[in-house]
Amino acid sequence: MKGTKKLWWGIAALILLSPIGLILPEIFESGPAWGEWSLEEIEKILGFVPAGLKKIADLWSAPVPDYNLKSFEGKGLAHSSLAYIFSGALGVGLIILISFFLGKFLSRKDRD
Amino acid sequence: MHIPDGYLGPQTWGALYGVMVPLWALASRFVRRTLRQRQVPYLALGSAFSFVIMMFNIPIPGGSTGHAVGGVIVAILLGPWAALIAISIALVIQALLFGDGGVTAIAANCFNIAFVMPMTGYFVYRMISRRSEIGSRRRWIAGAVAGYLGLNAAAVTTAVLFGIQPLISKGADGRPLYFPYPLEVAVPVMALQHLLLFGILEAVLTALLVKYFQRTDPSMLEPAERRT
Repeated sequence: MKGTKKLWWGIAALILLSPIGLILPEIFESGPAWGEWSLEEIEKILGFVPAGLKKIADLWSAPVPDYNLKSFEGKGLAHSSLAYIFSGALGVGLIILISFFLGKFLSRKDRD
Repeated sequence: MHIPDGYLGPQTWGALYGVMVPLWALASRFVRRTLRQRQVPYLALGSAFSFVIMMFNIPIPGGSTGHAVGGVIVAILLGPWAALIAISIALVIQALLFGDGGVTAIAANCFNIAFVMPMTGYFVYRMISRRSEIGSRRRWIAGAVAGYLGLNAAAVTTAVLFGIQPLISKGADGRPLYFPYPLEVAVPVMALQHLLLFGILEAVLTALLVKYFQRTDPSMLEPAERRT
């Protein structure tokens, strides 16, 4: 087992490249993933919104919905790309915190 | 593949919490036995990696998108139980912070993406790579096949959870209460998208990373429990 420094640089590079995952769907004008439609999209596809679905669809309001910042909405691809990178960094930061906390709790002490 | 809130009825998402809570506990026990303190950064790396990979949405003909997960390479490197924990962390963050996947559906999404996928992938990888040299071609080919089948297995279990909804719950007017399409629609659509495109992405990603570790740090490809 070697150090992880290089791999962390890899994660950082992926975060910086992540707007590809925002820009490509934009270019091809694709909708969301199959089975991840919003209520409006369901209404458009089916002509109605299933009653149970409607009731719990908006149960949770996420602080950073769709990896975009509320103040950046509708300001174009450059803004949303920046927000996407920021979201990636924020997510990875939190994941590191939680994983280290859980990992410390779950791992064995090194005896050697 | 991230099921939103409202797509599954309470019988389904509730049952999946019932399945996942013991699985999370079991995973913690296994990980406690095998994970050494200096391997903790790899748990964080695996979780961060799958989180970031899932941000790369790729368009597919027909107007929708999808992505790879990175779940199989994480299972190959960390073992399937540590992968279950690592990917679950990523999925919980996606749901709570970014609204990607529902909160009621966290257990369902963890079942598909953090359990079915790494377990399938890890099993396939071990079957194919059995007794082969760490640096052999067979290893990265095993990675590719494992990535392909792992992602497709997750797509199919997701489609099954979707497709059983109209069977379980109907309103008084006979219309579906939750996910509207039956199995005959959900399974072929999800399977086709992942067989034709996203599975191939996952296969390439997994094979490239197996090759990377063969070259730079082959000890990572030993089974997790035998690593020192």
